[in-house]
Amino acid sequence: MITFAGREIPFEPGQSIAAALIAAGVRSWHRTRRAGAPRGLFCGIGACFDCLVTVNGAPAQRACLLPARDGDVVAPVSELASESSGRP
Amino acid sequence: MTYDIAVIGAGPAGLAAAARAAGAGCRVVVLDAGPRPGGQYWRHRAGSAPADRRFRALAGALDRVDYRAEASVWFAEPGFTLHTGAGEVSAERLVLATGAHDRVVPFPGWDLPGVTTAGGAQALLKGHGVLTGRRIAVAGTGPFLLPVAAGLAAAGARIAGVFEAGNPLRVLRRPVPAAKLAEVAGYAARFARHRIRYRTGHVVVAAHGDVEVSAVTVAGRDGHTRRVRCDALAVGYGFVPALELPTLLGCAVCLDTDGNLVTAVDHTQQTSVPGVFAAGEVTGVGGADLALAEGAIAGAAAAASLGGRTPDDAVPAGPAGRRARLRRFAATLHAAHPVPAGWPDRLTADTVVCRCEEVPLRAVRAAVTELGATDARTVKSLTRAGMGWCQGRICGYPVACLAARLNGRPVAESDLDTFARRPIGSAITLGQLAEGDRTTP
Repeated sequence: MITFAGREIPFEPGQSIAAALIAAGVRSWHRTRRAGAPRGLFCGIGACFDCLVTVNGAPAQRACLLPARDGDVVAPVSELASESSGRP
Repeated sequence: MTYDIAVIGAGPAGLAAAARAAGAGCRVVVLDAGPRPGGQYWRHRAGSAPADRRFRALAGALDRVDYRAEASVWFAEPGFTLHTGAGEVSAERLVLATGAHDRVVPFPGWDLPGVTTAGGAQALLKGHGVLTGRRIAVAGTGPFLLPVAAGLAAAGARIAGVFEAGNPLRVLRRPVPAAKLAEVAGYAARFARHRIRYRTGHVVVAAHGDVEVSAVTVAGRDGHTRRVRCDALAVGYGFVPALELPTLLGCAVCLDTDGNLVTAVDHTQQTSVPGVFAAGEVTGVGGADLALAEGAIAGAAAAASLGGRTPDDAVPAGPAGRRARLRRFAATLHAAHPVPAGWPDRLTADTVVCRCEEVPLRAVRAAVTELGATDARTVKSLTRAGMGWCQGRICGYPVACLAARLNGRPVAESDLDTFARRPIGSAITLGQLAEGDRTTP
């Protein structure tokens, strides 16, 4: 399981964080910094950076590329990243 | 250690190049950004390699090379030294096979969640087994829409329609390879089985929804519009070649017939920089079969050039013949599937054209009409379009077109070039940049 906004979300081995979120019905997980417009997956292959999330405190991770790992805490990228436990 | 040849990219072109070069006795390293070989075309989930015989044969050849997954190249130095997320790699020759990503032009609502690129919807399915929605509209132009729609339908999605902007029948005015006709017949059968409606001359002109897409407006050739209910849209107007590494290395680029800037190569697939070869979509969008032929030629020519032979003697006849036929066919497809010329007219002043920096059309227009920008580079400086996270990978093509159009002239190489050059080839952290290659894999 990973958690997003306090909600537990299952994933299959090898699935990206974006895939897990979308499979769970979460299709917008990011708000743009000016208009606050909702965004989620767009290019799906790491080119557009629309799907950014904070994962275990590490900011600006591409949800479409990053494989989900058990226990990952996923948050909208706009939330302040903590200093600890980020992925390398 | 210095390798004879470094191949960048493990899609069809890169795998074909690596197999040829290894077969010629070269020490080869293959650097790929992805977790598994195959590129976008042969993208697959872990433990489920594609059944395609060509993939099986080429992936088998990886046993004879040093294959490195998740080794995205972010910088290239002459000579050649490559900086990757997994350390530094040196090689005498390079084969650039970095592929392409979807080309999308803006329309009102294109930034709503649920709207993805056609390739994005396919990648989510092929790579992760997940659908972007339950009732998906597929739109844009080009033969790629066929496998996207067929794949989504086979996985259980309802297809709310395939809206092809171009006129595929135009393709039949010129010779079509028999294998391609068979492919299309296969898709026709799959579309019939899933009751997918395929409409040509139709363009998605807007996506609607509050937080997510819930419908799209489709316009026919006669301008008549109608609303189509859907919870996802997969849209793509061809592909944009990934020119980061060719431009970093100083390779000459040129304008292709699909309106893209591509890496210029000679008949041996060598670029303007001696020792740097390129193959596949990065030299012009043409599909996997063409990429395989170009990769084989690039691998053979790069290997021959190491032995002091001129690469000219090494061009294998079979792939060279296929390359000639498939390049002609690619040009035919480009002519039948242009980006619809009227797309800028369908934007509103508020339509975001640069998604990252949230630059609306209004700002691009003002940069030209009020501030006097005459080229895309100045529009970029004045509006920040292309300066955000994606570094112009998505908005580069449309903003270049808009800048030219607002100045009443056709798009120039220099407009596109502005967005194709990036000092850092792929996304890294400032920490990685500061540490150079002391980062360990």
